[in-house]
Amino acid sequence: MPDSPPVLSLRGMTKRFGSVLAADHIDLELARGEVLALLGENGAGKTTLMNMLFGQYTADAGSVHVWHEDGTEIILPPGQPQAAIEARIGMVHQHFTLAENLSVIDNILLGTERLLHLNRNRRAARAKLEALMIHSGLDAPLDRKVRELSVGERQRVEILKALYRDVRILVLDEPTAVLTPQEADMLFASVRSMVEQGLSVIFISHKLREVLAFSDRIAVLRHGKKTGEMATNDADTASIIRMMIGEEHDMPERTPGTPRDSVLKLDGVSIHPTRETRGLRDLHLDLRAGEIVGIAGVSGNGQSALARVLSGLLAPDAGAIEVGGERIAALTPRAALSHGIGRIPEDRHHDGIIDALSVAENLVIERLGDADVQRAGFLRRASMAKNAEELSAAYDVRGPGIHARSALLSGGNIQKLILARVLETQPNVILANQPTRGLDFRAAAEVSRRLISARDKGAGVILISEDLDEVLSLADRVLVMHAGELTETESRDRASIGQLMAGHAA
Amino acid sequence: MIEIVPREQPSRRLTTGVPLLAAIGSLLLAAIPLAFAGAPIFAAYGQMFTGVFGSLFSFTEMLTRATPLIFTGLAAAVAFRAKLWNIGGEGQLYLGAMAAVWVGTGMIDGPPILLVPIVLLAGAVAGGLGMLGPALLKTRFGADEVVTSLLLNFIILIFVQMMLEGPLKDPMSLGWPQSEPIVDEAVLPQLIAKMRLHAGFLLAIGTAIIAHVIMAMTVWGLRIRAVGENAAAARHAGMPVTRIFLSVAFASGALAGIAGVSEVAGLRGYLTTDLSPGFGYTGIVVAMLAGLSPLGVVAAALFIASVFVGTDSMSRAMGVSSFLADLTVSMSLICVLLGGFFARFRIRRVRTEDAA
Repeated sequence: MPDSPPVLSLRGMTKRFGSVLAADHIDLELARGEVLALLGENGAGKTTLMNMLFGQYTADAGSVHVWHEDGTEIILPPGQPQAAIEARIGMVHQHFTLAENLSVIDNILLGTERLLHLNRNRRAARAKLEALMIHSGLDAPLDRKVRELSVGERQRVEILKALYRDVRILVLDEPTAVLTPQEADMLFASVRSMVEQGLSVIFISHKLREVLAFSDRIAVLRHGKKTGEMATNDADTASIIRMMIGEEHDMPERTPGTPRDSVLKLDGVSIHPTRETRGLRDLHLDLRAGEIVGIAGVSGNGQSALARVLSGLLAPDAGAIEVGGERIAALTPRAALSHGIGRIPEDRHHDGIIDALSVAENLVIERLGDADVQRAGFLRRASMAKNAEELSAAYDVRGPGIHARSALLSGGNIQKLILARVLETQPNVILANQPTRGLDFRAAAEVSRRLISARDKGAGVILISEDLDEVLSLADRVLVMHAGELTETESRDRASIGQLMAGHAA
Repeated sequence: MIEIVPREQPSRRLTTGVPLLAAIGSLLLAAIPLAFAGAPIFAAYGQMFTGVFGSLFSFTEMLTRATPLIFTGLAAAVAFRAKLWNIGGEGQLYLGAMAAVWVGTGMIDGPPILLVPIVLLAGAVAGGLGMLGPALLKTRFGADEVVTSLLLNFIILIFVQMMLEGPLKDPMSLGWPQSEPIVDEAVLPQLIAKMRLHAGFLLAIGTAIIAHVIMAMTVWGLRIRAVGENAAAARHAGMPVTRIFLSVAFASGALAGIAGVSEVAGLRGYLTTDLSPGFGYTGIVVAMLAGLSPLGVVAAALFIASVFVGTDSMSRAMGVSSFLADLTVSMSLICVLLGGFFARFRIRRVRTEDAA
């Protein structure tokens, strides 16, 4: 809607971190009642730009202009979050910022009441919220504790929290990362209805399908520069990707695997729901060499419990695991490794690498007993360095060098480091839990390629992913996880898999 | 506008320079309380310097003072590397001293070549067990080792008092609560005639070098660092996290225990409850000042010992309170913590260019 009056204009926004130009004279306009999609690979400058808008970073150059309803223009002083709040700009972060032990209404009111106000005007607040919920179509159980809510509900609470503050400009940072396709559609429908009432939205996403379906206009960032801007009607996937990564995007072509003997079996593995969120209910799985089994599902439905069982971090309450012809009740990380189970953990910073150790050290932490790593308890530094040089070259791990702390690597390079560590031992089973989360196209495509080639060399791969598109593009078989249960589906249809993800029988 | 930006990788010059600057800064800051005490500042500093470097005697006194600090500093540094907060160095020191007295006052006979290692081993085991307790409570029940190891200090000290009034009391001490003297064969030999400096100092230097080698060059050291930096990832990688944690606890306690042996068998000859003026606690400052590096611990211990000995001499000569030493040591810790901040972050001025 280019004819609507502008509400926000970012002009020449520039931010430098050391030698890196995170944002380089970025201009961005937002009109009243418009949905602007902001796209870009990781590190393209999206977050930096939004942090400058909210005054969390002080821009090195550039200014933020906001227009009030009556057309008066103000320039937000840099580095003052309070100014952005007063200008009624709101943000829904990718990671929720809710207090789990408080009720929904307390979470929403938090920060809007004065500290020393004794009589809290709850009735008026509640009335306003109820009107807001009817208006926006977003509803949430106001008196329940946030702890008891599903992720979809929490997302709605986050948006209600912003709306309660009468925002006119709403920034949504990857809002659908944790939603089922159906929940995402519902979210878009309600945001759409609010936009028609005059809200303006900046929408950050990685999922091109959503961007094309939901936005009015698309702006693309790359390496801190704006590389393109277009009306969504004129855009298609290929042209957007070209703007994002500067070249045609080649997603690895899926070739069907050739399943052979069974390498891993789960036989009635169960975990009581009081021990782990959702628990696991009587899982049966037969993984064969040379196939990728994709496990789709909304996060928090037991995927992490399953991954922890296979990684050896969690002992099941019942059932058995059959691996390498041996039947065992529970794995330990050591046992998983010795049975040839390679693990790519979900949270690569938390479980995958040890930040303060060097790249060379991180590459061998799973096999410190091996003869090429140590002799009589002393580390063989030269041999470790050689190993690291070879693997860094083979897996294209880029960074300040093999002796630098791994913390200095980017997310994509950390993932490549973990891949190198896991794949070099030629595991029979590979557990890849959210292996491309947070990676940009190029890094994600590289990870996918590596998994396919490991499969072709005879590994059985379990791919757990929230991204249905990724599961569909990589997996030879698709299973859906919901409420701790695994259901195999023959279907490759997004809608019917979506039904399963939401817990409805297809 | 001022902005605080994290540095990508603190340079080596910075990581070694910061503790040095902190040490100098704390000495300079000592001028403030000196002025309050009414002492002529330059003369006071001069006295502090000659009090350490003025004679062979004063210099060896400083080295003697540094010896237990190297051990307790290593105890803290090794434990802190694994994120095991051993605050019980003081208690472990007394356990080590008590074991040394128990074994070394006639229980066993033998030549020095046998007796000295036995006494050291006994002290190390006693100190190690002293820290194993809090570490087990932590791994089994999640009890905070800061609290348990700290409180254990007081329990151990009272226990030592009880033993010195009872079974370990020297019948020849005319009623004083002190132990029998260590037998000659178990005494750590003097290094220089007529000076109090003893072989414990060389042992401390050797121990620091061994600790450095273990930390930097062995699988055990790598595992200790791994567990300290990210226990979850260490566990995921198949490392026996609990066992590593307990082994560090034992090693840390053993180091503090050896500090006690060294004081009893090298300096005092017998055990009393005033064996240590808080060496266990000062060891924590030493470790922090050293950036938890074992070789840095030697340098930091020498500095802190210099402050103590220099200030002692100054306070005697100028008539100012010797509490100034504690004050300077405390300020050096604050300076290090501040300096660590500057090593990790850069502070820069931001000018916003007007683009409108």
